[in-house]
Amino acid sequence: MSVDLSPITLAIFVPLFGAIMAFLLPRAASVIGLATLALTTGAVIWLARAVLTGGAVVLPLGGWGAPLGIDLRADGLSVAMLGLTCAVGFLVSVAALDSLKGAQQARQRQYFWPLWLLLLTGMNGVYLGTDIFNLYVMIEVIALAAVGLTVLSGSRAAVQAGLEYMYASILGALLFLMGVGFIYLQLGRLDFAGLTGAEPTGALIAALALMFVGLALKTALFPLHFWLPAAHANATAPASALLSGLVVKAALYIVLRLAQYMPFPSETLLTLVGLMGAGAVIWGGIQALRAERLKLLVAWSTVAQIGLIFVAFARAGEVGLPESWKAAALLILAHGIAKAAMFLAAGRIKDEIGHDVIRDLDRSPIRPTLAQFTFALAAISLIGLPPSLGFIGKWSLMEGAMAAGYWHWVAVTMAGTLMSVAYFSRVFAGFLRFDRVRAPVGEHQGWALADAAPLTLALAAIGLGLLAAPILGFIEIGYPFGVAP
Amino acid sequence: MTPDLIYGLTGIAVFGIGLVGALCALDRLRRVLALKLCSVGAGFLLVVGAWRAPPGVPDPVPHALVITGIVVMVSATAVALALIRRLQTLEAEDER
Repeated sequence: MSVDLSPITLAIFVPLFGAIMAFLLPRAASVIGLATLALTTGAVIWLARAVLTGGAVVLPLGGWGAPLGIDLRADGLSVAMLGLTCAVGFLVSVAALDSLKGAQQARQRQYFWPLWLLLLTGMNGVYLGTDIFNLYVMIEVIALAAVGLTVLSGSRAAVQAGLEYMYASILGALLFLMGVGFIYLQLGRLDFAGLTGAEPTGALIAALALMFVGLALKTALFPLHFWLPAAHANATAPASALLSGLVVKAALYIVLRLAQYMPFPSETLLTLVGLMGAGAVIWGGIQALRAERLKLLVAWSTVAQIGLIFVAFARAGEVGLPESWKAAALLILAHGIAKAAMFLAAGRIKDEIGHDVIRDLDRSPIRPTLAQFTFALAAISLIGLPPSLGFIGKWSLMEGAMAAGYWHWVAVTMAGTLMSVAYFSRVFAGFLRFDRVRAPVGEHQGWALADAAPLTLALAAIGLGLLAAPILGFIEIGYPFGVAP
Repeated sequence: MTPDLIYGLTGIAVFGIGLVGALCALDRLRRVLALKLCSVGAGFLLVVGAWRAPPGVPDPVPHALVITGIVVMVSATAVALALIRRLQTLEAEDER
């Protein structure tokens, strides 16, 4: 039997072996980590070319196809998510090289790479899986690695937040597993293809609801977001960037996929999802306005932005669902890039100034100007000013809602935008005030090579808005939403 | 009441007790145990669902799901317990 070398298997197994190697050889961990990421990115580019030329790629693992075996499938949306993960992951890794270089961070450095590579394995597995049980296993791999990254700093607050995250994650996984089991008991299939066209009976909707609640816990959708702010705010900067930029997207992606293959539940349930999203937008905004620490503010903004993605999902009801996923996918990509940039920039500001109390940011003679500039650029994309990717996402959200005549979703989006302007302005005001401290401007700008990675991410978040049309075209490849492939 | 209904309701009850504990308990260890109870209830439900009246044979796939769930739960519990121990050490250090 010959071994088929496919970019799909490489995208999952290269990070897995990298994680094992990085764990066994802690001294070479960062070299192994960067090499693994480079190889994985190569595999994803290879896969992207294959998808561009030939449409969706399906790989039955070991020659055993569904329903007996496991199929891995890559289409435009999967590859876009893989690309997001690799690109953001690579830049965060570069930033991690700098922020974990201190002598007292030897222990953090030792565990960061294996955990992060394991996380990459799980996420690539989610994006390529076509089987709901496989997805369950992969989100568990992600959860265990993500909790490890949360507590990496070893501080009491981080361990406490990590434990809360673990509880939420276990409960979410159990609910998801029960949903998977009930779906199997009713349909006798676990692969996506076997689930299409199922009758939306009450029992099936109940199973789907269990899975949705489980995923909502994992992606921190209001009112199940309670664990997220502390976990993301207390992790070290590169870990926060990975958790907020990438990890929550995995559960969001599964929701998108389920919406593709599963029967449409009902208009009422979709509105309920939108209302939860609206609650997150408002509550996340209020809490971000009240937050005293910079990283906590950024974490609450994640809660609000995740809510916005669910609003995008519900924006046009059943009729618009095939189009709504595109707005949601664009917002997922935009948030992933911009939030990673913002958390890295916030970490840099904290490192340079020595604290991240928002009120006292302007009292420091040190001005990490490049990090502040990066933070502002990322905020522009998160607020949704043109030409950023966030703008395109919000625009298509509102366009669909207006076309469907659902003005309440437009109002929620507008209110969320206004609040994000307000809470980010709290930070900008501190950046721009120079009258509090009389130290000579320019004495310490706090520029460093470490600013390069977040700045690149922030520039990408703005610039990719200009490439929105090709991106939208790409994620549609092999993905006739709502039509069985 | 048929046996599978009784078993099914028991599974739901066990899961419910665990859920209440996981959400309401204050003690960290209690919450871990409550989550374990949840997983037992969930597994119970799936195993009951796989049962077929004799001479039928039980469906093995839900059993496989439950076994994987148990394995995942073991590792998740281990992580949670390790975190609790670490937290206790940190708290003891802070108090000193």
